[in-house]
Amino acid sequence: MTPALPAESWLERVPLTVRDLVTGLFPAPWRWLAGSVLAILAVVLGFGLLFTLLTLVERKALGRMQNRPGPNRTGPFGLLQPIADGIKLLVKEDIVPFAADRPLHFLAPVVLVAFTLLTFAVIPYGRHLLPVDLDAAVLFFFAAGAATELAVFMAGWSSHNKYSLLAAMRALAQLISYELPLLLAVVPEVMRAGSLSTAAIVAAQGRWTLGILPHWSVATPGGAAAFLIFMTAALAESNRSPFDLPEAESELIAGHLTEYSGFKYALFFLAEYLGMTALCAMAVTLFLGGWQAPCVFLQFVPSYVWFFLKLAALLALLIWIRGTLPRLRLDQLMRLSWKFLVPLALINLGTVAFWQLSAGWEPLPARAARWAVALLLVLGPFVALGQRLGAGVGPRRYRYAPA
Amino acid sequence: MSALTLCLLFSSALFAVGLAGALCRGNAILVLLGIELMLNAANLNFIAFWRYGPPGAGATGPVFVLFAIAVAAAEAAVGLALVIAVYRHQRNIRLAEAVRLKG
Amino acid sequence: MTAVLVIVAVCTLAAAAVAFALRPLVHSALCLVLAWAGVAAFYLWAGAEFLAFAQVLVYVGAISMVVLFAVLLTRRQSGEGDSRVAGAARRVAAGLAVAALVAGVLGRAVLAVPPASAPVAPPTLGVRQLGGELADGHAAALLAAGALLTVALIGAVVLAAGDAGRHGEDPP
Repeated sequence: MTPALPAESWLERVPLTVRDLVTGLFPAPWRWLAGSVLAILAVVLGFGLLFTLLTLVERKALGRMQNRPGPNRTGPFGLLQPIADGIKLLVKEDIVPFAADRPLHFLAPVVLVAFTLLTFAVIPYGRHLLPVDLDAAVLFFFAAGAATELAVFMAGWSSHNKYSLLAAMRALAQLISYELPLLLAVVPEVMRAGSLSTAAIVAAQGRWTLGILPHWSVATPGGAAAFLIFMTAALAESNRSPFDLPEAESELIAGHLTEYSGFKYALFFLAEYLGMTALCAMAVTLFLGGWQAPCVFLQFVPSYVWFFLKLAALLALLIWIRGTLPRLRLDQLMRLSWKFLVPLALINLGTVAFWQLSAGWEPLPARAARWAVALLLVLGPFVALGQRLGAGVGPRRYRYAPA
Repeated sequence: MSALTLCLLFSSALFAVGLAGALCRGNAILVLLGIELMLNAANLNFIAFWRYGPPGAGATGPVFVLFAIAVAAAEAAVGLALVIAVYRHQRNIRLAEAVRLKG
Repeated sequence: MTAVLVIVAVCTLAAAAVAFALRPLVHSALCLVLAWAGVAAFYLWAGAEFLAFAQVLVYVGAISMVVLFAVLLTRRQSGEGDSRVAGAARRVAAGLAVAALVAGVLGRAVLAVPPASAPVAPPTLGVRQLGGELADGHAAALLAAGALLTVALIGAVVLAAGDAGRHGEDPP
């Protein structure tokens, strides 16, 4: 039983009380198993519910951005739409091509969902709500994420369709290109917190200047740059617009998912949204202070509420980006990763190293100089690389249209 | 039979399987995969001795394994690039045909 | 505890053996990925968590991708796997005999050593401790490994690109 901290409200302890009530029903040697199963059920059901809500919110929000209402016929405000979608996908016929590799065709969505669900185990949802406290939690998260790429290949290969295979290879190229900026953007946060454990990273961001300015990573220049790189790479890792080339309808039908129908397609869909949610949750943990409140006096609000508010904000940002930006072509996408994000992330490592080493610069002019140097190190390469990459892009001249 | 002996037998068996794969198959990629498996078997040995070895050895075993994983990754990348280069010449990757020095 | 070890060992060995016995190359590669995951499970059992996650990240997440890409880029138009050439059966028999001989010698050597006297307490490996040892005692090796990986990356790219003529880059 973890002792109650002075600033905790009773709402904070409610999940722990529920857990103790339920595990108390079991004999003593099995309590740890009951606790683990309870945590797993809570995560799976909670994020499953979030997934259904997210699909609806996304369709309504995209609709409004495109000047149309979105689903509004099934139930009030379309609230029963996810249920209708679920029923439709469940009763659809599961068509497997005759020449397809049946075991692999079946395993691909299973492997994808399994590894995506694994990544939810190491995220601290609240002060006392961390399912598994690993010493190398961040590495576990990204190892499970890397293993999902295998499922993409299995899906494309087992369909026995040369267009699916081609699309799977393009999807894999995108996934491995953006894994590098993703990991490089996380390394400065690990350096800052001095640990790979997510609980320690959140705890390291739990200070406030003057009681109202939180010491979240995103409030420092290096942390903000890393946050932006991480979010861009997370968009690409979860195949979201503007990086949704692998699953856009105008690209090789549905890419590596062409030959999937019914519930297996629903599993791929689920895995994509769960992956997006997991990456946003990791971004909240690493950069936005996890479950920490923004101001000292706001700590009476339970920590899990803050976590979900921040997660909701990031998901809304992703939906907004989807409705706003056009899709990138494959070569533009890869050039963005290798020639822009990777050098920026590497320079960001140096920026955060400088920030950490200059933490002891006390008098005000020295602090201002520290901020100035850090901002220069962040903005300088960004502007320089952006100019270099965007050079030669001028107003388009049409050959056959009148000038 | 102690657990250490079991671990060592496991890694020896894995090494033998990797060796068999590297020797029996005539496909360049499978030979490379056999070599990777042998490297993994050696890593298993390091961890078995770290686990059951004398206390106070620190983290030497895992450090060795980390470097071995890194080197194996580099070797796999370069080896597979070589396989692609060979494929460009002879249109297949049968090792038995890659016997000429100048393609 | 040893029951878990035996299960992990049997699964890994079975996956590795099946990987080398299968004909289609892609299936071989995917079975071998299972074997690598089994090795990661062994690291978890032994208490080296960081290594287990690193093994999954590097082998299952990266090397498997390189292997699968190489398999796809080097497919023969008609069928795959190796077709039986003359003398293949003899080569396979000779290979298996050599492997069995090596296994026998190693097994004999392992079983000839008397088991340790007292059970040893399992060592714990904290990430901080591992990082400290890497940076303190093995800093030169760490830098050399970084240089090696960079050189290997550049070399692999150069080798795989070959001397194909480069068309101009597509407009942005």
